[in-house]
Amino acid sequence: MIVTKMIDRIKFSLFSPEMIRKMSSAKITVPDTYNDDSYPIDGGLMDLRMGVIDPGLKCKVCGGTIRSCPGHYGHIELVRPVIHPEFAKTILFILKSTCHSCKRVLIHQEEAEELAQKIERDIEDEMKSKTKKRSHCPHCKTKIPEIKLLRPTSFFKDNQSMLPTEIRDWLAAISDRDLRVLGIDPQYARPEWMVLTALIVPSVSVRPSITLETGDRSEDDLTHKLVDIMRINQRLEANINAGAPQLIIEDLWELVQYHVTTYFNNETSNIPPARHRSGRPLKTLSQRLKGKEGRFRYNLSGKRVNFSARTVISPDPNISISEVGVPQQVAEEMTVPIRVTSWNIEDCKKFILSDNYPRAEYVIRPDGKRIRVTPSAREEILATFGAGYVVERQLMDGDIVLFNRQPSLHRISIMCHTVKVLPGKTFRLNPVVCPPYNADFDGDEMNLHVIQNEEARVEAEILMKVHHQIISPRHGHAIIKPQEDYVSGAYFFTKQTTEFTKSEACQLLAMAGISRLPKPDRGDKYSGKLIFSMLLPKELNIKVKSKMQKSKDPAEDPDSLIVIKNGILVSGALESRSYENEILEQIFHTRGPDEARRFIDTSTHMLLEVISQHGLSVSLKNYSIDLESAKKLAELQDDMKREIEAAIVQYKNKTLERSPGLSLRESLEERIMQITSRAREAAGVLVEKSLGFDNTAIIMAKIGARGSLLNAIQMAAMLGQQAVRSKRLTRGYRGRTLIHFKKNDLGAASRGFIFGSFKTGLSPTEFFHHSMGGRESLVNTAIRTARSGYMQRRLINALQDMVVAQDLSVRDSRGVIVQFKYGGDGYDPIKANVKTEAPEEIRREEHEA
Amino acid sequence: MTSKSKKNIEVGEAVGIVAAQSIGEPGTQMTMRTFHYAGVAEQVPTGLPRLIELVDARKEPKKPIMDIFLKEEYASNEAKAKELAKAIECTTVDKVAYVEEDFDEKKIIITLEPSELETEGVKAEEVFRKVKAVAGSHVEQKDNIITVKAPNASLRTIRRLTNKLRQVQIKGINKISRTLVVKGKDGKYFIRTAGSNLAELIKNPHVDASRIYTNDVQEIARVFGIEAARNALVREIKQVLDMQNLNVDVRHCMLLADAMTMDGEIKSIGRHGLSGEKAGVLARAAFEETVKHLINAATKAEDDKLIGVTENIIVGQTVPVGTGLVKLKMKLG
Repeated sequence: MIVTKMIDRIKFSLFSPEMIRKMSSAKITVPDTYNDDSYPIDGGLMDLRMGVIDPGLKCKVCGGTIRSCPGHYGHIELVRPVIHPEFAKTILFILKSTCHSCKRVLIHQEEAEELAQKIERDIEDEMKSKTKKRSHCPHCKTKIPEIKLLRPTSFFKDNQSMLPTEIRDWLAAISDRDLRVLGIDPQYARPEWMVLTALIVPSVSVRPSITLETGDRSEDDLTHKLVDIMRINQRLEANINAGAPQLIIEDLWELVQYHVTTYFNNETSNIPPARHRSGRPLKTLSQRLKGKEGRFRYNLSGKRVNFSARTVISPDPNISISEVGVPQQVAEEMTVPIRVTSWNIEDCKKFILSDNYPRAEYVIRPDGKRIRVTPSAREEILATFGAGYVVERQLMDGDIVLFNRQPSLHRISIMCHTVKVLPGKTFRLNPVVCPPYNADFDGDEMNLHVIQNEEARVEAEILMKVHHQIISPRHGHAIIKPQEDYVSGAYFFTKQTTEFTKSEACQLLAMAGISRLPKPDRGDKYSGKLIFSMLLPKELNIKVKSKMQKSKDPAEDPDSLIVIKNGILVSGALESRSYENEILEQIFHTRGPDEARRFIDTSTHMLLEVISQHGLSVSLKNYSIDLESAKKLAELQDDMKREIEAAIVQYKNKTLERSPGLSLRESLEERIMQITSRAREAAGVLVEKSLGFDNTAIIMAKIGARGSLLNAIQMAAMLGQQAVRSKRLTRGYRGRTLIHFKKNDLGAASRGFIFGSFKTGLSPTEFFHHSMGGRESLVNTAIRTARSGYMQRRLINALQDMVVAQDLSVRDSRGVIVQFKYGGDGYDPIKANVKTEAPEEIRREEHEA
Repeated sequence: MTSKSKKNIEVGEAVGIVAAQSIGEPGTQMTMRTFHYAGVAEQVPTGLPRLIELVDARKEPKKPIMDIFLKEEYASNEAKAKELAKAIECTTVDKVAYVEEDFDEKKIIITLEPSELETEGVKAEEVFRKVKAVAGSHVEQKDNIITVKAPNASLRTIRRLTNKLRQVQIKGINKISRTLVVKGKDGKYFIRTAGSNLAELIKNPHVDASRIYTNDVQEIARVFGIEAARNALVREIKQVLDMQNLNVDVRHCMLLADAMTMDGEIKSIGRHGLSGEKAGVLARAAFEETVKHLINAATKAEDDKLIGVTENIIVGQTVPVGTGLVKLKMKLG
């Protein structure tokens, strides 16, 4: 994009009354909006000189219509000045820092010069400390009165009420030089401007009225407030002119002040908020800007876009990880602008002439005019058609789009995909790219954005393409990686015993798009290892210990050591660590993103076939322990119960050993927790042994595909101790969790130990205890998301301007150096080998739990 | 192997945002559970609450903990280490005695508990001496009862004196409320304490001041300076994440710590710290306290030079980060 004009800086300042009057295109004289014919009243708050919001009417200032007129300011002449409530504090500071008689700053010349010399200074604090003890003006020697502010806007001088007029005169008399001492730039912010004599009125475009179905008009909150101000202001004027008593005038004056105060901020403390007829507090200026739904965060920091689509996502393992399946319907609705050149003019013409799917929707002429492509307009378009035109055609295969899932917690929550138009109504996503989006397919929806210009398209392709994000900058490890069934598939596929016939081998290789068949290595059969090696680049060398260690002696289990030599899998069955991280990351680092993507695509396609042929299922049997183990488990539970009883007896006899720093009761709890956790560990060993390594559930847990040993224990053996706040359950009734237990029973069952398993089922009390633990974690999750969300917002806000400079130093937007070299060594966490290239030795003493 | 320069971070990379995301994103996966240092302190915040505590740069952590490593002869001698631990532990009158006031007689009675005296390793005379130093001359001791007479004092001063006497420190180092000797993985003993007082402890000749550690980052900044505090911050942040099994590159923690300490004092992440001191008015207004920042900007006639990210998003210009940093002027036509 060619940028021809840039905003260089924005100056903030106060409006002077003269400026307000000069800017104003309408002086408001009538405290009303529309007349009976619902036509804006001249001099009213909807005056046509302040812009138009009714279709058909024209702005009296610029002649624009509802679409073209941006709106113009108006103003209200306040008969008596009022304090701008938001500046009350500043006014107080100025009054306190100046003399009421000679209007000079209450410090000596030398002090002022000294103050100006200071580099970092909080003038307000400095002035306060300097004027605090002073009782007389250093210049004219008059006594300094005590100035007080009664919030929000009432000022007192020696406990005598000050009228805004008096304050304004005081402020106006302060010299420019003195104001500069106070850190106020008199050119932009004369303090008397903080006392309003003319009130600026925002254009009608800022406060549009809406027409309800009944035909009634409903005015904006700001308009309501302005009407209030106008009405009281007029009454005040009438009373002054009629020579009403001072008391009545001051009352009305006070009322104008109230309305102006609430007009600026309806949440000002110490005054009741102005309310709508319905009792709802009005949303005035301050409320419009503030907070999450305010102008700044809702409209300025976040903007709405066109050319986007949203629908449910569903998995498609057959498309590439860098693709996204787009429903036909979506593809027909969205457009891509194509700049016509001599090389693509024929294609573009085809789009214009076509009645069906890849069709041009609009054509933009070199003069900028946009023409809708209709059968009747075709000829006219093609008559002058040529290079320089832009054709907006429908979305097609191969187009570049951005794909996003909220919450966008990190940059890989939005990535660049290539379009693949597919039948159906959902976005299709390769399940391998789920982790960065944190997506699943239980009804998740995602957003798609079609890129609208070449620069953005290029940037997206180079910086945001899916395969460039395979390694996460968070930890330098793969985040886009095959998981679950792919891992299981890889394990079975590369096991020592896996062999395939020639036709099977051909089929598998074909799935990966490989047409070369290697020589068989097992007689006339092909080992899984051999076929898998076909996917690996020649320079790959890896040696890792498998997560799956069936026995202590590695000789007994040939699959336990994974060795890849020159791109050939020599020994070992792959598991999650070797497949997801070691191989993939090494390919990414040595061969680059494209090759890494190829590896993911081909290996997953092949493994998909493997796992489909091989089959993998778990059933109740997989979570059933044999009778003998069940007996042992019961014994184990009995032992545990007895141990706990013994500890309780000791506690009651006070013979229990006290742990340092704990009371006897706490020591007992600690002891029991130890006993129960030991019991669970013992149950774990039992389960693992009983289920064995041929058990698919255990295999999946061990190789890191899905599930864990804890899952298996909870299903096959027992759930174990339930806890709330890391302690055994105590809450409920007095001295017990449920009425089914004796009061003050400290035993296992009474305090939330669950002997049952998910398979055997839970007793009613166990079920209740289990849900106590469940409730806690539910509540915790809810609190955690809110707290971590806010923390992340703060982190982002504090660090967002920090950028790597040319010399690899990290600097913020002011150019202040944060780090002399990024991370101490300048390495990118994505590119560096995280294991061997830690930037700095972080000394860590032994911290035991 | 790729050459060194190829591993370098790209110029213009928004490393700040990457760091913030890398630390913030796993926040949702962190637990809120508290940690239990056996025998020293319970409910030590870990996970998200601790991370927030660090990032907020609180004046003092909720549960300050120290690890005091010892010089050789103490480090390998458990008895000596325990002796030192006991000596360090701050003992107040309250801990070893029962203090009550008698308003009729206008006196305060301090009943010493012999068993507590023994466990704390304090002698009755010591208590007497310390009490006397605070309460003045009208102090008498009879066996395990110390009586403080205040015949002319008002009831209110008696109550005040009682409370003061309860807190009188008999021995040990202020703020160290509990100590425990722990055997480290290297077989050496060290003392873990609840409560933290670096300044006093590094003076102790038996303490290895080069290895002493506290989780109170602010205190490290006060005693050892900002560089040490920066390192402690990196370490604490990394440790919190490691304990949750969350893998985050140290570089991100380092950038966060460097940003917090770059001005020579520890600044919090948030409106009272880093974000509140940003250059741009619009950036500050968009973060928190919108109206306040706009009003102040107007009175001071501030300029927003649009140098930050937020400001440029607000006005709809390219952001000065990454490719947006590259400037190119082209002659048109």
